Amino acid sequence: MTIAGASERPVRRAGGLSLTSIVLVVVLGVFFLNLAALILGVVLNSFATSWFGSLVPDGLTTRWYAYAADTFQLLDVLRVTFTVGAAVVVLSLLIGAPAAYALARRQFPGKRLVMLLFLLPMLLAPITYGIPLATALYQFDLAGSLAGVILANLVPSVPFVILLLTPFIEQIDENLERAARMCGASTPRVFAKILIPLMAPGLLAAGLLVLIRVLAMFELTFLTAGPGEQTLVVALYYTVFAAGIRPTQAIDAMAVIYMLTAFVPLLVALRFVNPTQIVARIKQENVR
Amino acid sequence: MPERSRSLRDRLAERGIDRVLWLLLPAAALLGMLFVYPFLYGLGLSVQSQEGTPGIGNYLRFFGDDFQRSTIAKTFALAIPAAALNVGISIPIAYKLRGPVRHKRVITTLLVLPATLGTVLVAEGLIRYFGPIGWFNQLLMAIGIIDAPLQLTHNYIGVMASLIITGFPLSLLLVLGHASGIDPDLERAAATLGAGPSERFRRVILPLMLPGITIAFVLAFVAAFAVFPSAVMVGNPSGETRVISIAAYQAAFERFDYPMASAIAMIMAALQFAVVGSVFLVRSRLYRGSTSGAKG
Repeated sequence: MTIAGASERPVRRAGGLSLTSIVLVVVLGVFFLNLAALILGVVLNSFATSWFGSLVPDGLTTRWYAYAADTFQLLDVLRVTFTVGAAVVVLSLLIGAPAAYALARRQFPGKRLVMLLFLLPMLLAPITYGIPLATALYQFDLAGSLAGVILANLVPSVPFVILLLTPFIEQIDENLERAARMCGASTPRVFAKILIPLMAPGLLAAGLLVLIRVLAMFELTFLTAGPGEQTLVVALYYTVFAAGIRPTQAIDAMAVIYMLTAFVPLLVALRFVNPTQIVARIKQENVR
Repeated sequence: MPERSRSLRDRLAERGIDRVLWLLLPAAALLGMLFVYPFLYGLGLSVQSQEGTPGIGNYLRFFGDDFQRSTIAKTFALAIPAAALNVGISIPIAYKLRGPVRHKRVITTLLVLPATLGTVLVAEGLIRYFGPIGWFNQLLMAIGIIDAPLQLTHNYIGVMASLIITGFPLSLLLVLGHASGIDPDLERAAATLGAGPSERFRRVILPLMLPGITIAFVLAFVAAFAVFPSAVMVGNPSGETRVISIAAYQAAFERFDYPMASAIAMIMAALQFAVVGSVFLVRSRLYRGSTSGAKG
């Protein structure tokens, strides 16, 4: 860094070569290396004939996938997983998007209270409200059914959709709606021709992110599902829990299938959204 | 009459109340039925015995039993250090990454992976990787740091590791998302006025990052507080990692004592609200203005 360069761009970092940068690269590097090793271990073990104490497995085979599909009723589990996922995505968009629209367009008395209602489920760990929710669902004979699992998963998903879409809708110019009305469009027509096409990227992103979260949502599904409604992540938990009677390779074969189901929507989602948005709400990128 | 009703509608519309608000109804009704009602139902259930006699016996039993009460300390012993560590490491990294950095998209994409995988898969991976014959111990023994494998799973360390692997990326993404919105002009202005790098960080960037940091801490704490699958899978669920969510689960689904389970759930909610509330209280005293350098 020359003095001239420094005065020109006083705050730029020095090309990642300072001591702190090196420390940070090491911290991130160690983290990702361990993570990669952890995942690779699971993948490798799922293909291992046997693997005990050596650096790599003794041999490779694909038979554990057939074994897992057979023993763990994988097809049923996958069907349940994607039924629940699709239902939660569609319902949370149908319920969440209109609410996001109202919150984006109107200031009204009591809005803070409504916002609090939508924020609370995100500020509590799912297992906290999951236990009373499961108890209540058992009262209405809904727990242990597909409907119960879907309903339980809507509780965090609908607020998530609302939080994601509200800033997105705020960015859509309200004059477009007014212009359409001036030209004689009815409310349903304004929605169909103006709003929904403009909201499409946000709806798509929100839907994919909800799907990712539902696939990984353990607690709520675990608390409300009976033996016939286990999603993949819950089935995986039970097989690990009952480990000892099953070969570890078969468990890891199931873990790999779970990873794949989680990665596919993630890869699609990453084409549309910035990774930070997956955990936080959509940021207004162009805020000045 | 029609004139009068119209004027009422107009007056309401002036305050923002019109037909558009009906759009809130489905979401509000859903959360009312599936979040508020179960919570009140659980609260009611928690103040009666299994036979239905009212009283606070469940709470007295929970706090009177050492084995049950100790779950609170065990939960906090995991959740607070995990949240502090995850957010603490995230701050300098987010500070470094906040501007346009090469491969930023790759880094953030990699960070999303553990969050996508979820705690169950990470726990399963940890059992192998951190196990006595796993790669981690093999490596340490190969380079001669240790002679015998370390016990890293089925104890506190295993759960803490799983909380960091799933929690750290989330914290970093949250802090980074907020830090990226800070206008670099503010730091340039401080530099022009003669502030050195450490002073710029301490007096300009860190205060601006604090609202994002507090949110990240709250979410990291809540996620770690509810640790359940990893506490069972890579922890010692009858000993040092018997966290409060395990106690609640056992009451509900092993002993079918729903009033007791509800009481524990209410205690969990109260503890989370206490921490979240105090963090937000501190946050409300912080600078919350614009992070952009533009006027207005």
